[in-house]
Amino acid sequence: MENDIIKHIKRNYLLDLLNRNQRIDGREFLARRPIEIKSDVISTAEGSALVQLGDTQVLAGTKFEVVEPFPSDPTTGVFITNVEFLPLASNQFEPGPPDENSIEFARVVDRGLRSAELVDLNSFYIEEGKVLGLFLDLYVLDYGGNLFDAGYLAGMAALKSTRMPKIEEASIIRGEYTGKLNINENVVSFTFVKIGNHILLDPNLYEEKLMDSRITIALTKEHIVAMQKGGNGTFKKTDVQKLVEFGFDNYDSLSNLLG
Amino acid sequence: MEKDIKLIVDGKRLDGRDLFDLRKPFVLKLGVLKNADGSAYIEWGKNKIVVGVFGPNPVFPRHLEDPNNMIIRCQYSMTTFCSLEEHGRNGPSRRSIEISKVIREALEQIVLRKHYPKTMLEVYITVLQAEGGTRTASLTAAVAALVDAGIPLKTLAGAVSMGKIDGKIVADLGKEEDNYGQSDIPMAFTKEGDLLLLQMDGKLTKQEFFNALDKGYEIVNKKIIKAIRDAVEEKYSEEINKKLEL
Repeated sequence: MENDIIKHIKRNYLLDLLNRNQRIDGREFLARRPIEIKSDVISTAEGSALVQLGDTQVLAGTKFEVVEPFPSDPTTGVFITNVEFLPLASNQFEPGPPDENSIEFARVVDRGLRSAELVDLNSFYIEEGKVLGLFLDLYVLDYGGNLFDAGYLAGMAALKSTRMPKIEEASIIRGEYTGKLNINENVVSFTFVKIGNHILLDPNLYEEKLMDSRITIALTKEHIVAMQKGGNGTFKKTDVQKLVEFGFDNYDSLSNLLG
Repeated sequence: MEKDIKLIVDGKRLDGRDLFDLRKPFVLKLGVLKNADGSAYIEWGKNKIVVGVFGPNPVFPRHLEDPNNMIIRCQYSMTTFCSLEEHGRNGPSRRSIEISKVIREALEQIVLRKHYPKTMLEVYITVLQAEGGTRTASLTAAVAALVDAGIPLKTLAGAVSMGKIDGKIVADLGKEEDNYGQSDIPMAFTKEGDLLLLQMDGKLTKQEFFNALDKGYEIVNKKIIKAIRDAVEEKYSEEINKKLEL
């Protein structure tokens, strides 16, 4: 009850600001928070990156394993993305099995990276019954809103820094590498929230908690590769079209950060 | 464990350290996370560990509440890519549950828990990169995170892993030394020399153990606790930058 009242007051305050064309942290409606990407931060991983998007911090790491292929695809490698919401990232995250939000987050990132066919899974074939499995794990270290965009950046940067393991007699020689994983292009995402009639890019935690609805659009240079709408509110069809245009128009500015 | 490599040559260890030198780098930073009430990041050798503390908060679920004391919850966990070996599994292992317990019990001895009855303190530890000695590095970072959270403590504390390699007592075992050495003795002390954590495996004579205990305390007091004090001073003497740098 008390929380409802506080939420109501906070929301009115936010709407009041937005009606005067102001955001709570002083940004333009379609401006992002500062982004820092640092690759190769974990030497035990095959690839890794720490991304800071405003107060949000996400660490991504990759590992290779020799695994059995799926019976339906006996010569194709495996690529699995997983997300952990660490309890130290927010007092909203409880230790224990992943909740619906972390599963949604993991699946949206996984879909985008998979749809873009970034990784040539056919090159992961080793011998009959054995293929390489690439595991991309994202850890939310600090939850400051907009995990999706931070997650895509961290996942992409970790993949781009990934080293191919040396393989002898169908097993991985740990700590020895044979060049880099080939990544065809960059996937980046744009997440917007709608509060009242206002649409904001890259919501901070305060905005995300008070939003009506959220939409994430993940893109390569030419294609949309994943979308996800969340929250209780709606978006107008014309708004979604504009947001997709915005994404393609601003693709380079985000993609260039990944190099 | 059988060893076939020499771990000490001409008085120097594999990485060139003297017997009682700590691994480098040794970096401790406070306030690296925004949401946590207190946080710390430690880089100790190749270990990279982040700790976040929440509290004191109301106890949930309520029936765990202690009318006279603050309760402490502690969870030690590792990322799936923190070791050079295979991709790790998510979720607690028997090992991580034990480590969570011994760290929690150590922290319970230094927090002034009676001042905050009916509350809980949550201590979350994540090992991002591991190279042996993660429990002692975690405990040291956890103490620093408690200071950062403004939790009243009786005293400061720190931890180090002593060990025996090639028949000699040494400080701060590296990964190979842990694998091929004769004994591993993680220990934590308060500034005053009270033992908060002690574990041991392998074989030691009485005299070797006493020696390790004396040296361990000296290192904790002179180096580890000093590093915590320095990190606190550094944080409060500079402008606060709540970001993690790996």
